[in-house]
Amino acid sequence: MDELDRALIVATQGGLPLVARPYATVAETLGVAEAVVMERLQRMLADGVIRRIGAVPNHYAIGWTANGMTVWDVADEQINALGEQVGALPFVTHCYRRPRALPAWPYNLFAMVHGNSRTECEAKAQEIRQLLGSACRASDILYSTRILKKTGLRLGL
Amino acid sequence: MRELDAVDRAIIATMQGDFPICERPYAQVAATIGIAEEELLGRLERLLADKVLTRFGPMYQVERMGGAFVLAALAVPEARYEAVTAQVNALPQVAHNYRREHALNMWFVLATETPAGIAEAVARIEADTGLPVYAFPKEQEYFVEMKLEARL
Repeated sequence: MDELDRALIVATQGGLPLVARPYATVAETLGVAEAVVMERLQRMLADGVIRRIGAVPNHYAIGWTANGMTVWDVADEQINALGEQVGALPFVTHCYRRPRALPAWPYNLFAMVHGNSRTECEAKAQEIRQLLGSACRASDILYSTRILKKTGLRLGL
Repeated sequence: MRELDAVDRAIIATMQGDFPICERPYAQVAATIGIAEEELLGRLERLLADKVLTRFGPMYQVERMGGAFVLAALAVPEARYEAVTAQVNALPQVAHNYRREHALNMWFVLATETPAGIAEAVARIEADTGLPVYAFPKEQEYFVEMKLEARL
């Protein structure tokens, strides 16, 4: 990453301009050609520096009113195999292994589920529970009740 | 919460994916939805203003730039919840923050340009709030695909 990549990130991390030629507008603020901006973005996409270019919906506003972080205490020897299977469930949007923080936090598998009711989230959690079987010792669902901040990454200038 | 029509839903479904990199990307997306470029731009502006969409643009993966993302949580006393929210949100390193129902009732994501930045942000939050930060760095990613269709 060079200075121009960094300047491009700072210029676009808040969003792309809503004009017919957004990359030309960004290019103008950076003092480079439109084609350069497009090449750089293309390369960052290929390298995985950009995960995707797209819109982030507010879950609540588009009808997903129940958003639950399901958390599971899964036997260490089985977590990688089971984590892959939980992540492959069609309704799971994020799935990670994270460290426990004993004694307050015994859970090492995190999987996000969404629904238009808590009942729907619980039915999904039940499917995860069945998949984990006896490897799972404890679980919980933490529902989000308010978005306190959702700005995404912000690099300093 | 405002009503969404079929065009709004099509925009939300289409725009979560791969926005094209070309001279007239909105025109290209509008053509696949079957609306005019100006209509797509106008509707996107409204969806963002009404906070149906929280942002639109490149999603940067800070880890690929040498930085770090960490999920962290606090157990915030109810009486101090608003004040602690303001303290935590004031840090630019806090990318998202959610209230959740649990003894650990505030969950946020720290995104920093260097791995050392995480420790600095954690120390800053602990100093500002007087509360211990529980950090849950990811050890393994099994799946990430944040695409949800509008159901309204």
